[in-house]
Amino acid sequence: MAEVLQFCFSGLTVGAVYALVALGFTIIYNASDVVNFAQGEFVMLGGMVTVALAAAGMPLPVAAVAAVGVAAVVGVALHRLAIEPARGASPVGLIIITIGASIFIRGIAQVVFDKQFHKLPAFSGDTPFAVLGATILPQSLWVLGGTAAIVVGLHVFFERTLIGKAVAATAANRLAARLAGINTTSMMTLSFALAGAIGAVAGILVTPITLTSYNVGTLLALKGFAAGMLGGIGNPLGAVLGGLMLGLIEAFGAGYLSSAYKDGIAFVVILVVLFAFPRGLIGKRSAERV
Amino acid sequence: MLAVEGVVTAYGRIVALRGVSLDVSEGEIVALIGANGAGKTTLLRVISGIQPIQAGHIHFAGESIDRLAAHRRVAKGILHVPEGRQVFGPLCVEDHLRLGAYLRKDAAIAADIERLYARFPRLKKSRHRAAGNLSGGEQQMLAIGRALMGRPRLLLLDEPSMGLAPMLVDEIFDVIIDLKATGITVLLVEQNAVAALAIADRGYVIETGAIVHSGTGRVLLEDPKVRASYLGL
Repeated sequence: MAEVLQFCFSGLTVGAVYALVALGFTIIYNASDVVNFAQGEFVMLGGMVTVALAAAGMPLPVAAVAAVGVAAVVGVALHRLAIEPARGASPVGLIIITIGASIFIRGIAQVVFDKQFHKLPAFSGDTPFAVLGATILPQSLWVLGGTAAIVVGLHVFFERTLIGKAVAATAANRLAARLAGINTTSMMTLSFALAGAIGAVAGILVTPITLTSYNVGTLLALKGFAAGMLGGIGNPLGAVLGGLMLGLIEAFGAGYLSSAYKDGIAFVVILVVLFAFPRGLIGKRSAERV
Repeated sequence: MLAVEGVVTAYGRIVALRGVSLDVSEGEIVALIGANGAGKTTLLRVISGIQPIQAGHIHFAGESIDRLAAHRRVAKGILHVPEGRQVFGPLCVEDHLRLGAYLRKDAAIAADIERLYARFPRLKKSRHRAAGNLSGGEQQMLAIGRALMGRPRLLLLDEPSMGLAPMLVDEIFDVIIDLKATGITVLLVEQNAVAALAIADRGYVIETGAIVHSGTGRVLLEDPKVRASYLGL
């Protein structure tokens, strides 16, 4: 029983990070139809920039906010400099552009920072809580709480603010959004900034647990993509559920099968999803009448 | 108010408009009729800025708008209700109306929404429903309502009666006549050419990307060539 609970805790913690990466995929995909494989790089930037600024003497919270800003700016640059000039390119072409951008960002990070692994101190210490025989790190609670806060924040943004609704309208029907006077290009840029910021938050929250380095983004992007596929690409709720499920599947797989297969599990999930239910668990249903 | 001069545009290599000129004066209803593929929809698209032009000029209220982005033309009062309604499927009716006023900064938005609900009671009943679940007629009313929330000076209507039951078609045409009474200028594209010309002050006939006839609604309705080719009479 304690073992199951332990796997749940570690699975949900990792899953929350996958969920945030998958949310980034979803936000960009909905606004612009681009599958952004540079999403993992935002997570890397969140961790690495915070580490670098903290090492330079900045207080951790300030460094973290600055890192979120940097990732958002990188997101804007990615859209303006790489995606927007290629408007009208095929989906595969756009995916390759984002893969190129991710290699570029990783290369720059390698030069600007270094190739070492880095750690951040846990926000509230390292003393684990005991829960029914299992233990949970305070930092895990930060990861879960941070993820929950972002999900609630996004919900409020999309449901309660005019600009959030304009982004949702752009996602639903780009032509009609333009005809309503919405600058859809700006909405897409905003989506990239938002995805960048969310990715960075994930990176900052998880670095005290998993460490970070210039190349952590690649695998996270693939895991986040798998989570997004599992939940149904384009569906924010699906992204969150898919991320948490993938984390749990990985934790139980690593615990009961072998931790050697941990990273392979995400890819098995992608294959199963594509074969069995290609629209994901909560596939995007189109409600249109002609 | 609107002056289109020698406008040329193409989709890839297919030329859709080959030098179209047309005028719309303030307060008029102008109907644009023609066969499928003649360029009616394309002409509305170049006026609203969704489709770029390769030659020619478009002036609105005395200003050149040739190079203006679509959302800036909305700010100038050119609102386009596109073919096939194009609602935001998952968003509710009220969100559509609020987004229709996206560029407005004035305080009258809430009052305008209530006025629209008074004109279209069926939208009020469905105000919190997702637009994708509305009937075709309700979606058409919503598309028009969304455009009206942008306070149009010129309203471009593309096939507003398409696919609607006859009773609803009459309702749509009543709405268009009402719009004229409130001072909104209308450029109307319709398959239902007889009905369109009957309410129009003037009409243009477009054929393979060029204007081939023009005149008052009545003159076109009585023109034997127009009757035979476009009105099926």
